[in-house]
Amino acid sequence: MSTEPLLRIEGLTKHFPVRSGLLGRQVGAVRAVDEVDLDIAPGSTLGLVGESGCGKTTLGRCIVRAHDPTSGRMLYRRPDGSVIDVATLKEKELKPYRAEVRMIFQDPHSSLNPRKTLREIIGEPMRVHGYGTPDEIAERVGDLLERVGLRREYASRYPHAFSGGQRQRVGIARALALSPRLVVADEAVSALDVSVRAQILNLLMDLQEESGLGFLFVSHDLGIIEHVADVVAVMYLGRVVEQAPTEELYRRPLHPYTEALLSAVPDPDPAAKRHRERIKLLGDIADPANVPPGCPFHPRCVYAKDECRADRPPLREVGGRRVACHFAEDLDLRGVPGPEIREVTA
Amino acid sequence: MAAGDVLLEIEDLHTHFHMDDGVVHAVDGVDLRMRKGETLAIVGESGCGKSVMARSILHLVDPPGRIEGGKVTLHRPDGPVELVGAHKRLLRQVRWKDIAMVFQEPMASLSLVHTIGSQIIEAVRLHENVGKAEARKRAIEMLDRVGIPMPQRRVDAYPFELSGGMRQRAMIAMALSCRPSLLIADEPTTALDVTTQAQILELLRDLQDELGMAIMLITHDLGVAAQVADTMAVMYLGRVVEYGSAEQVLSQPRHPYAQALLRSMPRLGQARQRRLAAIRGSVPPPYARPEGCSFHPRCDHAVEGRCDVVTPRLTEVGGREVACLLYQDEPEPQRGGAPDDTPDDREES
Repeated sequence: MSTEPLLRIEGLTKHFPVRSGLLGRQVGAVRAVDEVDLDIAPGSTLGLVGESGCGKTTLGRCIVRAHDPTSGRMLYRRPDGSVIDVATLKEKELKPYRAEVRMIFQDPHSSLNPRKTLREIIGEPMRVHGYGTPDEIAERVGDLLERVGLRREYASRYPHAFSGGQRQRVGIARALALSPRLVVADEAVSALDVSVRAQILNLLMDLQEESGLGFLFVSHDLGIIEHVADVVAVMYLGRVVEQAPTEELYRRPLHPYTEALLSAVPDPDPAAKRHRERIKLLGDIADPANVPPGCPFHPRCVYAKDECRADRPPLREVGGRRVACHFAEDLDLRGVPGPEIREVTA
Repeated sequence: MAAGDVLLEIEDLHTHFHMDDGVVHAVDGVDLRMRKGETLAIVGESGCGKSVMARSILHLVDPPGRIEGGKVTLHRPDGPVELVGAHKRLLRQVRWKDIAMVFQEPMASLSLVHTIGSQIIEAVRLHENVGKAEARKRAIEMLDRVGIPMPQRRVDAYPFELSGGMRQRAMIAMALSCRPSLLIADEPTTALDVTTQAQILELLRDLQDELGMAIMLITHDLGVAAQVADTMAVMYLGRVVEYGSAEQVLSQPRHPYAQALLRSMPRLGQARQRRLAAIRGSVPPPYARPEGCSFHPRCDHAVEGRCDVVTPRLTEVGGREVACLLYQDEPEPQRGGAPDDTPDDREES
């Protein structure tokens, strides 16, 4: 893996105004994404996890510039090695970036236009970006369909003729049409059935191996993230609270929130039930329009002390990883046992 | 199963949808039994008929769906009643009082223009002869029991004022307000975050210990099923393909579909492998149910000339029931006679 990141995000912030009253005056802001720093290495997968409302989707959308960030920088390395700040680019200047960074959406039913054939849907980005003659585009659509495991002849059919898993394959084919370098997959398999989900995950990992794609994989499902991601970032109320290589984060989390998330995942293995205990989270998911003072997680944290109520912990380096907790060194948190331990106790 | 223990018996239940393009056999001959106080998880992928099956119990299937046949017997303290073809009046009595249901999206089943409290009070007063003040007291008590903070105030809150997890708690409070003997929970945690999901599952377990009701949990998530289920039924295309104790089905599934389903799940702590064991193909469209065993086009063990011809029936294999021809070589398999039966299985059965 190259040391130069494909995309470096620095201090990325996205606030949505909260308006009220007859005149729609701004009375506050939802800090959906707040000062996030992240790197995505070429050909690697960054997993982004967190509960609903933590800002993970907004962050993904900022990266493809479906949202304009409020502040911060998004430094993208072009294939020729030059670095551009995508956060400030104008719509016109974004076109080459849009060809290289694509998105796969969660819902394969609403993200495909029902009135267009697969040829039109998959060919559209190529037409927009002037890929080639109509014949060349048709040829490439056929290749792409085969690549994602569908038949060439399907190109003339409409989305309604396909199942959810097949539609998601169409969405992937469309994302791949311009040979992107980074794909943002926002809950790309969450709406699919378990058996089909595995097929799509395998497909995405094969594509990465073949063409060195970078992935930002946004999901609430920690099992999937563990399977696909090289590095995982955990978000809470718009901020990254912990970031580490996948194995380390899952075996030995440093942030109490990560610990609680991991312990809440239901495990289908009856043997695992015995040696895992759920960490209780106090209260409900916090409201991003109303972030608590101090550590934003303190009202739900079982380890919270006075210091946590007063000071917001910065995201800092601890043992080569990054964590935002005052007591990261002192807490001995539990992760998920690896396969070795599992076999012994089962 | 001792006769006095039985709560619900479903026999050969069929629910069909008469569509313009043909008839969809959403529930195609389901047999299930539930004991008092037990939790039965019904698992399967979308389109397997698990929700329609559960809704059929209370006649909550909307046209063009229709219950075509079978029996659903509910054993009440004063004797068994038959629900298929039952009179509306009997069904009204049974709903809430004996069997209550919670759904995936609480907002769809709560009234938006009434307070949480008034909806619970209405349900209680419809079924029990209590005064308004008494019913309100019950509502507050139930809200408190499901872990809603400040129940005296929340009783007058409207559903939109609550978070997703709180709404689902309120829905459970309402469902349990008449002390049903069976709670049917259809994907109750699917719309919730993992942490909230864990809280709701724990709540269901606690309430069950306390109130002694049985729970039928419909879910696509085997992990969720593993957390709460005593027994488990795996459904595929309208039929039960494996049915047994949750521990058995999860740790040693016998039906190829159940095995494949468990293998295809990425789960925590598994060695990171490059590929997941996916099931090939996808669930066939509902009009085109394959002949014979409906799983055979996707099954790695399918035997040509047999699995695509003969429809397997649920038969006992090592203490649980499996609908697969692989285990039906003999005309009538003896107890514990299946080829890869282990001694422990026999003890459990």
